[in-house]
Amino acid sequence: MTRDLVLRVLGKLLIPFVLLFALYVQFHGDFGPGGGFQAGVIAAAAVIFYAIIFGLPAARRFAPDWLIESMVALGVLVYGGVGVFGVLLGGNFLDYFVLAHNTVHGQERGIFWVEVGVAITVSGVMLKVFYMFAGRQRDRDEE
Amino acid sequence: MTLLTMMAVVTVAIVAQRNLFAVVVFGSIYSFLMATALVALDAVDVAMTEASVGAGMSTVLLLAALHLTRGDEVKPLRRPLLPMLVAVVIGAALVYGTIGLPAFSDPQAAIHTHVVPRYLGDSLRETGVPNVVTSVLASYRGYDTLGETTVVFTAGAGVIALLRRRRREKKK
Repeated sequence: MTRDLVLRVLGKLLIPFVLLFALYVQFHGDFGPGGGFQAGVIAAAAVIFYAIIFGLPAARRFAPDWLIESMVALGVLVYGGVGVFGVLLGGNFLDYFVLAHNTVHGQERGIFWVEVGVAITVSGVMLKVFYMFAGRQRDRDEE
Repeated sequence: MTLLTMMAVVTVAIVAQRNLFAVVVFGSIYSFLMATALVALDAVDVAMTEASVGAGMSTVLLLAALHLTRGDEVKPLRRPLLPMLVAVVIGAALVYGTIGLPAFSDPQAAIHTHVVPRYLGDSLRETGVPNVVTSVLASYRGYDTLGETTVVFTAGAGVIALLRRRRREKKK
């Protein structure tokens, strides 16, 4: 944890906006640049920023390991679930046309959930890898 | 052209530099230059990914890895002539391959005449999503993106499996 006051205050100020930007990139990806992958990385970057400034234990309190590990799998499951849901509603795997009464709305809904799945998995993996590296450092210090 | 020159300079700096911290920072600079080049090519989505993953995330991960190792590159034991030869041959093959590519932004290139007209023309009507990149990524090429997500998942699972076993061994 850094004792630098400027860094701590600025970090606290910036992190909400970074998270907000991640949400913007996620949900505005249909209209502008961005999408699930970028949003997931940006959200993970916000937590990593927090971990660098306030220390890994503080970040682990905010985003515990079990949550991140389940996020890694959950995203793929959401993506695959959209596909299976399409099959259950009478389409082919990953057909979005059947997800709503109107085919265009079905497409929009399918793309939305698929992007959500991508964002969850990507941010989960990024955070987990960072935790792994940073956690090894701490384990070695404790020896 | 300026961008490419700067990227070449940064590459030479990476090769010449022995301090690994400087190498990581140069790598980050290279990624930002790459992102700028992609913006110049109107590939904003890719530029965003390059800036966030290439310049941001990999830099942080490499710095975290650097904490675990020493900060200076070790002198190689032998002169790496064979790897040098392999790199030169592959580089020459790639350059030879680019000769066969269609000219840049040639509208008659094969890639622009196959499915692109349909994606560009009908994407908004068929999917209701104005950003063609998103509609291609998530809808037309949904299977590919599912595969990509699975690759990310597998990579994460692999890292978890590798690093976690080490920790358990230590406890023994």
